[in-house]
This record gives sequence, C-alpha cells and structure tokens, in this order.
Amino acid sequence: MPESVLKVEGIAKAFGGVQALKGVSLEIGKGEIHCLAGENGSGKSTLIKVISGVHEPDAGTIEIEGRRFSRLAPMEAIALGVQVIYQDFSVFPNLSVMENLALNMEVMDHRVLVNYRRARSIAAHAVSQIGFDIDLDERVENLSVADRQLIAVCRALLQDSKLIIMDEPTSALTKREVKALFAVIKGLQSRGISVLFVSHKLDEVFEISERFTIFRNGENVASGSTRDLDRRTFALHMTGREFADESYRPAAALEAPALSVRNLTLRGAYANVSFDLAPREILGITGLLGSGRTELVETIFGIAQPDSGSIEIGGKPARLRSVKDAVRAGIGYVPSDRLTEGLFLPQAIERNIVVAVLERLSGWFGVLSRKAVAETTKRWIADLAIATRDPSLPVRTLSGGNQQKVVLARWLANDLKVLILNGPTMGVDIGSKYDIHALIRRLAAKGLAVIIVSDDLPEILACASRIVVMQNGAFVQELNPASTTESKLGELSTGVA
Amino acid sequence: MTAIGAPAAQRARGSRDPNLVRLLVMLVFVFVLMTILRPAEFATLADFNSMMRQFPEYGIMAIGMSLTMITGGIDLGVVGTANLSAIVAATFLIGTVPVGAAPAQVVPYLIVAVLLALATGLACGAIAGTLISRFNIPAILATLGTQQLFTGIGIGITSGRPQSHLPLLYSKIGNTEFLHFFPLSFVLFVVVALAVGFLLSRTRFGAYVYMIGTNAKAARYAGLNNASIILRTYMISGLLSSVAGLIMMARANSAKADYGAPYTLQCVLIAVLGGIDPNGGFGKIQGVTLAILILQFLSSGLNMFNSVSNFYRDVIWGGVLILVLVFNYFFSRRANRRAIREAS
Amino acid sequence: MTVLTSRRMLGRPEPWVFAAIVALSLLVQARSGQFFTGNNLVDLARALIVPGLFSVGCMMVIVSGGIDVSFTAIASLAMYVTDKVILPEDYGGSVLLAYAISAGLGLLMGALNGVLVAFLRLPTLIVTLGTASLYTGLMFGAFAASASGVPPAIAAHGKQILFTAVNNDLGLTSTMPVHVLILAGVLFLVFLLLRYTMLGRGIYAIGGDEAAAERAGFNVRAIKMFLYCLVGALAGVTGIVRISMIDYADPSSMLGMELTVIAAVVLGGTRVTGGVGTLTGTILGVALMTILENSLILMGIPTYWSRAFTGAIIIIGTGVTARQIGLTRRRDRALSTPSKGAQA
Repeated sequence: MPESVLKVEGIAKAFGGVQALKGVSLEIGKGEIHCLAGENGSGKSTLIKVISGVHEPDAGTIEIEGRRFSRLAPMEAIALGVQVIYQDFSVFPNLSVMENLALNMEVMDHRVLVNYRRARSIAAHAVSQIGFDIDLDERVENLSVADRQLIAVCRALLQDSKLIIMDEPTSALTKREVKALFAVIKGLQSRGISVLFVSHKLDEVFEISERFTIFRNGENVASGSTRDLDRRTFALHMTGREFADESYRPAAALEAPALSVRNLTLRGAYANVSFDLAPREILGITGLLGSGRTELVETIFGIAQPDSGSIEIGGKPARLRSVKDAVRAGIGYVPSDRLTEGLFLPQAIERNIVVAVLERLSGWFGVLSRKAVAETTKRWIADLAIATRDPSLPVRTLSGGNQQKVVLARWLANDLKVLILNGPTMGVDIGSKYDIHALIRRLAAKGLAVIIVSDDLPEILACASRIVVMQNGAFVQELNPASTTESKLGELSTGVA
Repeated sequence: MTAIGAPAAQRARGSRDPNLVRLLVMLVFVFVLMTILRPAEFATLADFNSMMRQFPEYGIMAIGMSLTMITGGIDLGVVGTANLSAIVAATFLIGTVPVGAAPAQVVPYLIVAVLLALATGLACGAIAGTLISRFNIPAILATLGTQQLFTGIGIGITSGRPQSHLPLLYSKIGNTEFLHFFPLSFVLFVVVALAVGFLLSRTRFGAYVYMIGTNAKAARYAGLNNASIILRTYMISGLLSSVAGLIMMARANSAKADYGAPYTLQCVLIAVLGGIDPNGGFGKIQGVTLAILILQFLSSGLNMFNSVSNFYRDVIWGGVLILVLVFNYFFSRRANRRAIREAS
Repeated sequence: MTVLTSRRMLGRPEPWVFAAIVALSLLVQARSGQFFTGNNLVDLARALIVPGLFSVGCMMVIVSGGIDVSFTAIASLAMYVTDKVILPEDYGGSVLLAYAISAGLGLLMGALNGVLVAFLRLPTLIVTLGTASLYTGLMFGAFAASASGVPPAIAAHGKQILFTAVNNDLGLTSTMPVHVLILAGVLFLVFLLLRYTMLGRGIYAIGGDEAAAERAGFNVRAIKMFLYCLVGALAGVTGIVRISMIDYADPSSMLGMELTVIAAVVLGGTRVTGGVGTLTGTILGVALMTILENSLILMGIPTYWSRAFTGAIIIIGTGVTARQIGLTRRRDRALSTPSKGAQA
C-alpha cells in the first residue's frame, strides 16, 4: 500500500464554545485524489485550515509523510509540501501573470530585490508544468476565472508540493472548464502529487476522486472508495436524511403563456431566441458559460437591453427598460451569486425580504407602514420555512440555504408571474438544496412560470418540465426531461463539436 | 422616531443602540465637566442661547453629509455649496434692493434671494450627485472637486471680497428668537433633524438609502434605481448646505467665499462620532445630533479657557476624531464576536 | 517590463495625459506666444518641484489602497519646527542638517498615520483628516506659528541655481533651482524602490488584494508602516525645499495644496481603488496641473478664477479616468476569449 502523504487523527477544534471538529480523522495516500465532502458547518473548512496551519487544533495529530506534529505553522505546512488553493485564489488582479506566479516564491525566499529575469523564468517554469498557455505579461484582472484558478494551481506547484488542497474549486467554473481542471488534476496525480478536493457536488466526487470522506457536524460519517458510493447514500451521509429522486411533471393544462419571447437578439450574447413559457411550466436552460444564457435572462429582467426582438408578459407587450419595469411587470430574478448580488448581509432579514415591494407597503410621501412590513415578513418566513427566530437579525446569520429562501421570499412577496433562478443552489448544502427544489416545484404547481438556469444537471432534471440547451447564443436543442439522461444532457451542453 | 427597518438594522449590527447610549453618556459627561470647571459661565441660560446660535450652521451641514455617507459616499463639498449659495443670495440682494427701502418692500426681495440660494444648493448637490452616480467618479474625488469648483466660483464672483451691506432686515429676521429664547437657526436645525431622521427611518426612500449603502449591486438587482436615489441624496445635502449658508450669512451679516473652512473636518468628525459608518449602510440622525451637541459643548467649553488659543481646537478635533475611530474599532470587534456567538 | 502592444498603449492613461499636455501647450502658445520660451519653461519646472515631491508620496499611498490628506500638514509642521524651534535664527551650517531634521520629524508624524492605518486598520481618509487637523492645530496653537524669514543657510541654499534662462522679448530671467535635482533624485530612488524591491512590489500587492498579500507572506503591517514613515519623511524634505525656494517661512503656504496633488496623481492614471499607478503618469499629471495653473495667467484669466478652474479640472480629469477604466474593462471582457486552459 502506498505510504500516506497525509494522516490526521482525532483532530478536535472549538471556537468560543462551538465545537467545529469533534475528533476527526482523514487519510490520503500518495498520488491519491481524495474528496472531502460535507455541508456548510460540517467542519471541512476548519480541518483544511488546521492542516495548513492557519488554526491550531485543540487535540489530535497531523502526520505528513510519516512525520508527526501536534500543530503546524503556515510556513511549516508549506515547507512540508502542503498547499491550499482557496476559493478566491488569492491572486493579485492588478499585477501581471508573471508577478503573480513568482511573487510568492520571492517572498518565501526572503528576497529583498526583484530580479525580473529570474521571476520570468520561475513563471515560465510554473506554467510549463501543466502546459498552460498564457501571456505572462497580461494583467490578471483581464483574465477569466478559470485562468486565474490555473494560475493559482501553477503557483502551488512551484513549491514542490506533495499535497494540494483545493477548496470548492469548481464553484465558479463552466462545465468545460471543470473538465480542463480535472485533466490538470489527473496530471498532478501522474506526478505523484496528491490532491484533496473539498466539494459538495456529488457528480464531481464521482468523476474525479478515488476515495472520499464525508463529515457531518464535525464528525466523520463515512469514508471509502467512490466506487462503492451512489447518490442516495451520499445524500444520506451528508444530511442524515433519505432523499428520493425527484422530478416535475405538471398537470397537462393548456394555458396562455405567461412569458413570450420573440426573436430576441443581443449582439455578442445571443440571437433570435424565441420561446413561450406557460404558468406551471418550469423551463430549464443549460449550456456553457458564454452560451448567452445569463445575458438572456438578465435581458428579461431588465438589466440589459436587447438590440431587437420582443417580450410579452401575460399576452401584453412589455418594454423592460430597467429592473424596476421588470419588477412591476411581475418578474423576479434570483441571481447566481447571492452573497454579492442578492443579499444585504448586515441588514435585517425583514429588510431583505421586503426591499422589492416597498412601494406597495408605503403610503403618502413614501412613509412605510410598520404593520404591513411585519405582516409580509411573517407570512413569507412561515410559507418558506425560513429557519430564524427573529426577523430583525442580520441575514448573514442564516445558513446558505435559508439565505437563498430569503431571496426567493423577496420575489414571492411581489405579485409574481415569472420567476427566474440563475444557479439557485450554488453553494447551498444538500439538505437545503432538496428543500429549495421542492419549493420551486410547489410554486410552479400553484401557477408560477419558472425559468431555471443551471449547470447542475441533476438539478435541471429534478425540476424542469422542459429543457433547453443553449450554445453560442442560440437554443440548439429542446428536450423532455422524462426521456433524457444526465450523461446525454452533459454531452449536449458541453458541445460535441 | 423608531420604525421597523432602521432600529432592526441597527440592532442587527449589534453596536448601534449601545452607541446612542454611549453618546448620551459622553454628552452628560462633557456637560458636567464643563459646568464644574467654569460654573459661572457655562450652563447659564445666556450660554445656552449663544450655543444655540452656533451649532445649527455646521449641524445642518453635518446632517446633510451624514446622509451622503450612509449611501457609502461622502459630500466634502458642503462648505463650498453653503458659501456659494450665500454669495448668490447676497449678490442678488445687493444688486437689486433699492437703498432706503421700507421693510415691507424689501420682503419680496428677501424671499427671492432665499429661493435663489436654495436653488443654488440643489443645483450644486445635483452636480455632485450626477458626477457620482452617472459618471462613476468616486465620491471622495468628485466632492473634493466640487468643493474647489464651488468655492472657486464664489471667489470669482466676489473677487475674493466679502459681500456686505445686506439689507438690515435680513439679519433682523435671521436673528429673531422665538419665545425670546430660541433663535430661528435653532428652530431650523430642529426641523431639519426631525425631517431627515423621519425620512431615513420611516420612509421608503430612507430604506433605499440604507440598502444602497450596504450593497449597491444587490440594490440594483432588487429593482432599486441607484442613480436616482444617490442623486437625490446629494441634492438634499446641497439643499441643507444652502440653508446653512443662509444662516451663516445672517449671523455674519455678509457672505464670503471662504467662511467656515474648518467646518468640513468638523462635519466628518460629527458623522463618525455620531455612528455613521464611512463604508455606508449604517447610522442614525439621533446619533449625529448627540455628536453635534457634544462637539458644541466641547467647543464652548474651550472658548471659556482664555489661555487656550483657538487653534488648539483643531488639535482637539483631530485628536478626538482619531480617538473615536480607535474606540469604535475596538468596540465593534467585540460586538461582532458577540453577534457571531449569539447567532450560532 | 510589460510588453507594450498598441492595444495596451491605448488602454493606459499616460499617453493620453501626455497628449493633453501637448495639446494644452500648443493652445497656450497660440494664445500668448509665450509658452515655449526658455524662461517660461524654467518657471514651469520650478513650479513643478514642490507638488512633484508631494505627489510621489501621495501616489504610493493611493497605490497601497489608501488616501492621505495629511502630507501638507506634516510638511508644514516639520518645516516649521526645524526652522524656528530647532535651528538657531542665524544658522549658517550645512543645509543638509535642516533636511535631516525635517525628514526625521516628518517620519515621526507619518509614523502616527502608519500605526493607525497599519495596526488598527482605520480608514485612511478619516485618519489623515484627523492627523492633518492635529498637526495644523499644533503648529498654530502650540507653536503659535507665524510667517517669518529663513536662516542664512537655507536662504543660501535657495539661491543655488543650475542655470539661467533669459527671455529677451520681455526682459525676464528665470533661474532653474538646484532643487530640481532633489526632485529627480527622489523620483529615481522611489522608482528603484517600487520596481526592483520586494517592498515596492509589496505596496502594489497590498493595493491589489490585501488579504492575498497577507496569505502570500508579505508583512503587510510592516510595509504600510514603512510607507507612511517614508511619505512623512519626504514631506519633511519637501517643507525645507519649499521655504528655501521662496525664501520665506510661511506655515500656511503649503496647506490646501493636497487637493491639487491628489488630483494630479489621479489624472496621471493612479487608481483610487489601489494597485495601479506609475511614477511617469504621476509626474505627467503634476505637469498637466502645473501647466493649467500657469496658463491661466498667460491666457489672461484673472487669478480669482483659478480655484474654480482647478476644481473643474479635477472633476473632468477624474471623470475621464473613471470612464476609461470602465471602457477598458468592458472592451476586454468582450474581447477576452474563454479560458485558454491547460494542454496537459
């Protein structure tokens, strides 16, 4: 059996009375790709920080390549070959690729002066390790998210790593970019470098890792070979609940479309898109980032203006020149990045819920009716089962899933006809994900017209009554979820060509 | 003046209602201190009367600046706007009121002059607001620029000289006292504080202001018209500045392009002391009002110590500002830790 | 170090500022015929020196992500204490001592900013507003500063010239002071610092992403502390340069310059958000501002309007810069191909 590159045993860590880790263990072999899965609050991020030396464990041992430690300093961990790539990649957008790659090395070597020739050769060496073709002089702020991530990977490789830990690496990537990243990871493996992959996406767990460990509430609940894992068991381990495969088949009632789009065109994003959406329908749009799907729904929501084409709401033509117009027309939009685009984190839950309907809740001179606000808040908290005891607490105290429900509540409080959701369960734990899907299906069944834009194929299959694949700005294929499999959908959306 | 949104948000932050208590304690402390040190002069009715004449000028500007800070910006041009508005009014009056006219005849001119000043304030605020909301110039730079521009226009119009020889009626009205005690400027201040406080805590506009200051992007996605709200905020600040300018003109009986230069820093100090978060999204007018009073007590107190030169005031303002920031820093860190513990 | 493709050239602000300078120079030359005369150019260079020295420190702070408005106060107080308190009135020794003392005092004053910003992480604008007030207050209050002459050593230093330019048409002579070498020296040394030392790259890294800089192992606190101390020391040096050049120690002569300097730095392409900025651009920005102020005289615009003019330029300049940043970002997003990816 290959010697393990990392072995942690009995790690416990508490923060001010909250026991984040209750004594967990993890073992990663040399050249192994291991997935650490768990919901928010399961302790996986804490363990990463312990392994990389950011936090000091209260108990337990860390063993790296046979050497045992009770704790590590960050520099020590790096010296031992453990590198963490965080979700924000820690790159400097204002500096060039070359500097981003070389700076860490220079700092570690305690350099005082900068030698650009040396820096360039370091950088060139770094990118050659994974065959990354990039302009070293380009400013990182001009690069795509996936490129930035690869820069972070190259940088980690410079330090003679034995174990690279990636924290939710695929959350901002398109399917094609995820494939490219996985190829890189496999390349690392072939060089004997182990990869610890933190994720909650089951399909990735299956696709890339050989072994897995699942945490729940700061404890180990399962670990083993991914060959022995299936979706239901995975969900059971993650949440402790049983989930059945879901799907959505609306009652076949022919109704006039709530939303009609005809020949909608936005130069550089999409062209000649036409479709109808009836109440009770859930339209799932999938496709690569760059296929125009986000721009399309943003146009319907009034964020962008189309160059040509028309939109009708409830049979009436709609001029959606601004978000306000769209909101008035009864459209709601749950954006993909709820933290920066959807929520006012330090503000009260109540405020976050009613912000879009204040016009309705106010009287003369815009004076707000306290009673109306309180009533609206109470109603939607109950209706969506948002887990909070006090609506005046800041919304950042809620879990990811409940936060997403708050954003949903905001739109439902409006007189909603069409609800658009862009990546509705990104970064949401499994339990809440199922809840949100159930909620979406319930809302649709009650008469809402829903569009879901998502990369998460199981999510699309679980919710949509109609699926459309978008490529290069056009709808290329329409599918019936009942007769489609995940793999077929995957092929179509990444583009066979 | 409590309402659903505002106190909830403030309570949510965990360090704001305690902030008001803290300010109140500070106010009482300063008051008692000054009374003890100079019992014969401080805390007399005459002294209160004189204080009430002094703080409305910068107090009203501070309220305007606070409003813009809640949106995440700042209006550093308040003094320039105030002076320019006063100069516009003064130039009009000097140029049009016939010498030796009877009071009844002068009144319409006064009304026009006041309206002109207010219009100037609105226009100045609109310019600043447009630069920030439409042209995306960072607020610090835009309002540093407008401060220069408006002061400069004031200098240009007046060639740097004070505009005196205003109709006597203006100062007479401007310095009237209600009930023989409350100066008109004080009454104006109270009205402004109540109005803006109400606006922020009880109206839709106020809620929008807090939301934009917290997260402008999310505000856009929620259907708010960011540009319009920010523009209106700066227009209100400009309007309030012009009111302050008119008050200054009444007190000094003249208008000059560089009156009140130290007021800019003072207003920032008041806002920060009063609990306005420079990053936006938080702060209440009650806190700002308490801060104004604290500063006024300190200022009057200092004046009574003849050995202390006026210039020491700058030292103290600067020092107090820093102390307040330091204090807020340590305080909010503790409050944050408590909030996290509470929520888990 | 970066390969300058034509696309990149157009995206950078420096060429545009240079073009603006050329255009303006031609315009003034056309109107007055006096722009490209030897003596005018020397006058311009002379006028550049003090704002140029200030702009170097100012630019470094803005690149690190902060904004400093206290450097003129530091320069004034350091200069004043050196000139009036420490050195005897008839001081005839080496002027280098004066520079050293003033730089040392400036360093201490800058260190206060450094502690507050680096260790307590307080917002830089407000901290420096506070310290500026503190220092001016000390100067006028504690030291009861007033204008006066300078000791012989400094006066003599002020008379040191490199060469003289004569304008035969108008019979004017202008002398190029030796201080321009100080400016050149500072520019050169800071250039080396920013380009070739890890300390300098650290300043850019912090401005780009402070958290990432910490994670990369940069000692952020130490770097910021060094930065503010350096800026303070530079300000101290500039104070002595100023009084020797005008042969008069007026404690308030430099106050108020900070806005023009900040405007020049921003005009030169330094981003207020931090991380981006070059010395070339900064000096070009200062040159542009200086030419603008200088041209007003040449074009016959009364000096009373110069402040309004400056304000307008700040606004236009920052507006153009803000638009440029927005445009390049949008263009690059449209042009950028999807990830190149790895070919492993």
